[in-house]
Amino acid sequence: MAEEVNRRPYVREMGWRWIFRHPRYVRYMLREFSCLFIGGYTLIMVWGLKQLAEGPAAWQAFLEWLRSPASIVFHVVALGFALYHSITWFNLTPKAMPLQLGEDFVADGLISGAHFAGWAAVSLAVLYFAGAF
Amino acid sequence: MSERAVELEVLRYNPETDREPRFQRYSVTCREEWVVLDALNHIKETVDPTLSYRWSCHMAVCGSCGMMINGEPKLACKAFLREYRGVIRVEPLAHFPIQRDLVTVIDDFMDKLARVKPYLIPKHEKPLAEGEYRQTPAELKKFKQYSMCINCMLCYAACPEYGLIPKYIGPAAIALAHRYNQDSRDGGRDARQEEIASTEGVWECSFVGACSEVCPEHVDPAGAIQQVKIKSTVDWYKEHLMPWLKK
Repeated sequence: MAEEVNRRPYVREMGWRWIFRHPRYVRYMLREFSCLFIGGYTLIMVWGLKQLAEGPAAWQAFLEWLRSPASIVFHVVALGFALYHSITWFNLTPKAMPLQLGEDFVADGLISGAHFAGWAAVSLAVLYFAGAF
Repeated sequence: MSERAVELEVLRYNPETDREPRFQRYSVTCREEWVVLDALNHIKETVDPTLSYRWSCHMAVCGSCGMMINGEPKLACKAFLREYRGVIRVEPLAHFPIQRDLVTVIDDFMDKLARVKPYLIPKHEKPLAEGEYRQTPAELKKFKQYSMCINCMLCYAACPEYGLIPKYIGPAAIALAHRYNQDSRDGGRDARQEEIASTEGVWECSFVGACSEVCPEHVDPAGAIQQVKIKSTVDWYKEHLMPWLKK
């Protein structure tokens, strides 16, 4: 290797503006941010379990809170983020799990489609056991 | 042949005289069918011979002329002027230190590329007399797309993880490691796993997916990285839950 000379390379700071350099980074950050809402939803469920364990009065208060406007707004937003995360994630499955049958790879749409079908089946099963129909 | 007036704003940096980079505006008359690289060559020949940038083949094969064009990593030889409106901003590839003008310091990538052993490590050395290693079309198809990588580093410039965590081995090097891991003639996966299955390897990736979007050769490094994650996870479970299997 040649003798090292002082080349004085300039290093650019990255900062946070990269998020707005291209819409793909905004979409990515939205997917990352979805964890806050899904995490919040999980905490509410845990809180609900605690209230249930504490007796009927506590449980009733929890149900009251669930009907409050703040709770409804949070749940609608959390549902939006959960759907966004799930749909973008399932759309990426063909990249992570390509399936080669013989010479050719199975079409991307079939792999993500199978995931969407599985999602629908599990959701229906949960709704069924929850007594929704 | 029709011509068009083009304004380019090029990031300039002279390590001998400048404390930091600055933009320089060039107004030139270009031909309608030119690419950004043609415009840069035209500027260098007729306006400013001090402008520095890398290029070689002018046909998207050598991977030398990667640069940020209006904020997107592109090969300058594949970026047609007619696809841009207004001033075209040209900067060196993001996330790499600037050597001079549009020339970046690429030592980090070269080092990482060598670390992942991007070459065939045969399972069994066999004497020449036994003939060539044969491969079916299906076996070829399993890795072929990854072999199209031209090491242009656009994926590194697109990857925010690499920008934020420079230790990350990054998309192209992992995709190339995966290319050899997927090759039926290869037996070097264990040697490569040490690099690519480490924290600085695939686990730094949070699947932004930008690498695959900007690749000029339609390689899918994001896919390769997720596949390595899945296989490494399966390895871990086999090793810890089924030690008798011995991989």
